[in-house]
Amino acid sequence: MLVPLAETSSRANHTGLWRTLKPVIDYSSCIRCEICWKFCPDNAINLEDGRTTPAPNQKVTAFSIPVIDYDYCKGCGICANECPEKCIEMKFEEE
Amino acid sequence: MPTSIPEQELMEPGHTACQGCGATLAMRYVLKALGKKTVVSVPASCWAVIPGAMPNRTLDIPMVYTPFAATGASISGLREALDIRGDSDYNVVGFAGDGGTADIGLQSLSGAMERGHNVFYIMYDNEGYMNTGVQRSGSTPYGAETTTTPVGLDRNFKKQQKKVVADIMMAQGVPYVATATIAYPEDLIRKVQNAKKVNGPKFIQILAPCPTGWYYPPEKTIGVSRMAVQSRMFPLYEYSSGTFRLTRPSKPVTVREYVQSQKRFSHMDEDEIRTLQEEVDRRWESLLEKETH
Ligand SMILES: Cc1ncc(C[n+]2csc(CCOP(=O)(O)OP(=O)(O)O)c2C)c(N)n1
Ligand code: SF4
Ligand code: SF4
Ligand code: SF4
Ligand SMILES: [Mg+2]
Repeated sequence: MLVPLAETSSRANHTGLWRTLKPVIDYSSCIRCEICWKFCPDNAINLEDGRTTPAPNQKVTAFSIPVIDYDYCKGCGICANECPEKCIEMKFEEE
Repeated sequence: MPTSIPEQELMEPGHTACQGCGATLAMRYVLKALGKKTVVSVPASCWAVIPGAMPNRTLDIPMVYTPFAATGASISGLREALDIRGDSDYNVVGFAGDGGTADIGLQSLSGAMERGHNVFYIMYDNEGYMNTGVQRSGSTPYGAETTTTPVGLDRNFKKQQKKVVADIMMAQGVPYVATATIAYPEDLIRKVQNAKKVNGPKFIQILAPCPTGWYYPPEKTIGVSRMAVQSRMFPLYEYSSGTFRLTRPSKPVTVREYVQSQKRFSHMDEDEIRTLQEEVDRRWESLLEKETH
């Protein structure tokens, strides 16, 4: 197997510090379509088990939920802009 | 819900691209399509700095830095070397910007394609030399303001039409040629996977909007990419084994709507927008003709 010479993952670089606006997901409206995950340029949204997370209906609780990793999210706003349910809100960091 | 694109991530977070960078998504999707047995060669470009400084890496696969003009030559060499080692199952990918492809690396690209190596050449097209501060390239569209085509009082916006490298590759007879963009990742990934089935050179041009150089807010990256297709500014097509397929826009918009979404075009008057629309229509007609032949 060919492996990269550079040993340290860029995960060492916490780009979340760049952020001025912070995306916050309202899971009670989130239909788990994973569109936000698909379009995040920073790979800062992970898919996790969400069986006990609030949901708009019982059907979607079986699916993964998108969880934003604020260590890396730069706050570009793509996820909020593309979410079909408009359930991601961009909030000022200070709030 | 089952994801519509592969879940595997070979691009890690913590990279140094601007907020909302389309070029990053292009890499993320290409690697999702190809998987771990891939090596990438990257020339001078935004992607040369996005992974960060040594010892950081943002790709979980080997990435080689190559001189600006030499992407084509470098993937030829990588292919030959990997084959000698018995690593023929590795994908060899050149991943270069539009400046590095349409202008400075065109001879090297054309040579690699002509030699027939089993390689991918991915051109991520952000329509300018972005890493060095937004200079115009051959791939910058007519009408755009860049730092080397400043509008000012003399209206020195880019006067030449976009040079479309994918069209040149088709004319050269490259066995697999396609265009794609990041707003349609399923289509993009399908094209990369189709390309993989071709044992020979393949060229894919990916429009990758750049908020920093196109002067639009970063949350609009996907929307701008989508509008580029819907306005036919950037038609999506696939050319494989002599068959050409063109994607019809599902919700067409005018060139005017597209240019209004970005400040790099904000100076354009009605005549100039019409000139651009006419070129877009002319190219669309010529692509339609390719479909019937
Ligand atoms: C031979 C050479 N000339 C000029 C440069 C400076 N340079 C580095 S990146 C770059 C711009 C690359 O533009 P493009 O290929 O479109 O990639 P982008 O930065 O837009 O991603 C230039 C001019 C260089 N590194 N090497
Ligand atoms: S704001 Fe941008 S970087 Fe942050 S999670 Fe959303 S898409 Fe990703
Ligand atoms: S795009 Fe919106 S609805 Fe879809 S998974 Fe993300 S937050 Fe939920
Ligand atoms: S200048 Fe454009 S292409 Fe380069 S990192 Fe920034 S957004 Fe991406
Ligand atoms: Mg460029």
